[in-house]
Amino acid sequence: MTRTFDLAVVGAGPAGMAAAIAAKALGMDVLLIDEQAAPGGQIWRGVEGVAATSDGAQLGADYQAGAAVAAALRASGVVYEPATQLWQIEPGWRLFTSREQQADIIEAATVLLATGAQERPAPFPGWTLPGVLTVGAAQILLKTAAQVPDRPVWIAGCGPLPLLYAAQLLRLGGRIAGFLDTAPPGNRRAALPHLPQALRAAGDLLKGLGWMRELRRANVPLVRHVVEIEALGREQVSAVRYRTSDGRERTESASMLLIHEGVVPNIHPTMALGCAHDWSDDQLCWAPALDRWGETSLVGLFVAGDGAGIAGARAASLRGELAAIGIARQAGRLDEGEADQRAGGLRRRLGRELAVRPFLDALFRPRPAVFAPHDDTVVCRCEELTARDIRAAAVGTPGPNQVKAFTRAGMGPCQGRQCGYTVSHLLAAAQKRPVAEVGFYRIRPPLKPVTLGELASLDRPETVG
Amino acid sequence: MSAIASDVIVIGGGLHGLSAALQLARARRKVVVLERAWTGRHASGATAAGVRTLRRDLAEMPLALEAMDMWHRLSAIVGDDCGFKAHGQVCVAETPRHLATLEERAALARRHGYDHEEVIDRPELQRIMPAISSHCVGGLIARRDGSADPHRTLAAFRRSAEAAGVAICEGTGVTAIERRGSDWIAVAGDRRFTAPVVINAAGAWAGQVAAMVGDDIPLGTKASMMIVTEPIEPLVKPVVSALGRSLSFKQTDRGALLIGGGLQGRSDLDGQLAHVAMAELAKGARAAVEIFPAARGVRVARAWAGLEAKTADLLPVIGPSPGAPGVFHVFGFSGHGFQLVPAVGAAMAELVTQGATNRPIAAFAAGRLMTLKAAA
Repeated sequence: MTRTFDLAVVGAGPAGMAAAIAAKALGMDVLLIDEQAAPGGQIWRGVEGVAATSDGAQLGADYQAGAAVAAALRASGVVYEPATQLWQIEPGWRLFTSREQQADIIEAATVLLATGAQERPAPFPGWTLPGVLTVGAAQILLKTAAQVPDRPVWIAGCGPLPLLYAAQLLRLGGRIAGFLDTAPPGNRRAALPHLPQALRAAGDLLKGLGWMRELRRANVPLVRHVVEIEALGREQVSAVRYRTSDGRERTESASMLLIHEGVVPNIHPTMALGCAHDWSDDQLCWAPALDRWGETSLVGLFVAGDGAGIAGARAASLRGELAAIGIARQAGRLDEGEADQRAGGLRRRLGRELAVRPFLDALFRPRPAVFAPHDDTVVCRCEELTARDIRAAAVGTPGPNQVKAFTRAGMGPCQGRQCGYTVSHLLAAAQKRPVAEVGFYRIRPPLKPVTLGELASLDRPETVG
Repeated sequence: MSAIASDVIVIGGGLHGLSAALQLARARRKVVVLERAWTGRHASGATAAGVRTLRRDLAEMPLALEAMDMWHRLSAIVGDDCGFKAHGQVCVAETPRHLATLEERAALARRHGYDHEEVIDRPELQRIMPAISSHCVGGLIARRDGSADPHRTLAAFRRSAEAAGVAICEGTGVTAIERRGSDWIAVAGDRRFTAPVVINAAGAWAGQVAAMVGDDIPLGTKASMMIVTEPIEPLVKPVVSALGRSLSFKQTDRGALLIGGGLQGRSDLDGQLAHVAMAELAKGARAAVEIFPAARGVRVARAWAGLEAKTADLLPVIGPSPGAPGVFHVFGFSGHGFQLVPAVGAAMAELVTQGATNRPIAAFAAGRLMTLKAAA
């Protein structure tokens, strides 16, 4: 039997949990599904088990704050289903999921996607070598397995996350061989005009300065204005070569290189459904076009959290609560006045959270090389295609979907999550068009790999009787 | 603005449009292909690329057998074998009753002089395909059949057409066709193209193009769905179908399983989109894992659907317009047009340059569908 809910929330991070709890409190039947085995999302990953331990303390107060939210979720009456993969959404709304090799179809009047962000793919020579990881992947190991690399790691990148991870790693006894700051030289000047507004969220800025202090205190070598990186090695990364904006080049031995060039919203579900998206020049990514409640261009489909635009965990929680109010309003459970009254305080707090973004976006704007890999650099890992292959296919004005058909780029199991932005940027550069005009791959189902056996399990013979 | 003049305007840059354009250019005609999106955007880019004579409608068989000969020497025609592999096509019988049905089919084909469809028993089935489920009792095989690579096929036909002098205009959607003296003028945005001959190869939208010259041809739409999986070890060589099921199952050179069989997604003709309907596609997955149990754990990489036209009798429309002089139709292949591409292109060129063809295409006249509607 197909189960039916008033609201299905996808993703149990800050936004999804806040929305589910709030919607349940407003009287709705709420289902919350999540890929992970326990609530928390990326930022609070493993928080129920880890928060109260000494490791939890080292991960910081922002991390520990997730424990109370997870507890509230457990007590809320929301139907929470972990370890459940969503692999297709069809209008109407029907959610296709898999759990323990069994597929299921769930119907919901309204869907809220709180599927967060992914790290921005940043191809560079050697990025596919074993021993090269994203900072995000390394942080998952830190949170779930308390896995501290036994040898010093190189960290390269741009954004708050590499700094936070570096600080967490040091506190847990890890060692850092060096920190390659890839933020371009002009970023600070570009960020400065946004500083006064950002001071509304001074706490975040102080936290960032604190992480920097921890790095300095641990005498982590800090190399600024790194413009190019290369991972060297045969079977495994053995060295990192980097060049700074003054033209100097160095090669250092390395057993592990962690890279991070920012995060971008997870747009695959909304792209697959054909929602309208806007290009953000500030964050260099697409995000679904949303109204003030977080509703997409499709009625009954909402987005909250970093999937709505990168803004961090506290903003995600607030957007989750706002979406819940908007959903209750649409369902007729709150009238216009009640909804706006409840939303007022949340919107003011969200405004404060968002005030810091223009400063951070400018400060951590990725270097141009992220979008213009060398000809020999692999761009599509699934099909092993280089930037040269893509540039060769870019002649004329083909869009991403034609290049996909010509080259097979983006046809692999990752569905273009690793190469989509790079391909769009390569085409834009070759064709002298804005990326916003070039567009993105059309996303084919399934959103996540599902086995033939799981798919077949949906085709149950009709019960006779 | 002056119109761009040519001998032939082909509307639709799918495989049938490209094949006709190629053959006409080789017959020294100046050809322009007008394609609304890009070549192979719909059915031709979404096809399973089966090269099948097996169990074809007997009316299509002469063209299909001619096409099959062409597939076996395709390099000489388009400079690439298009990834064609003649590993055979097999229709599997899961019950003795189904096997009897296949035996009747083989007998019918033989009575019409076609002996390429051969009944095989369980041991032969298992010899050809060791991975097949043991409950399958036999099958019908056409050993010269096989499959090709759709993207290579598109690239080869496009390349050959351009080398022969065909001008391909992508992003050029025809919105009106006007009669001017003995010429037709195709209107696409602010551009005008003029020629005495128009070939309507507009696939799912061919009915709309036909209406622009006054032909009211009732057409349905197909949105056939496909699945491609992650690559796995070699599992099967022939293309496999199953009697009574919507299944087409094969493995590509790269090891991916390609599963189709005509299960229908949702079509959005105005939006020029086809959507996958997963609950329906589950039937294909179930057929696949029941006939090849080893495929159960293989992960689906992508699923998609492509749009094309479907006729009431599932036979294509190939031939001159009943009312509009110089207009020729080639569409409505109803899910099985890929194999026919090389031969139909040659037939179209003959029709245009000589006004007639010896190939038996009477069964594909547009008039049959228009009469049906008038009678209804």
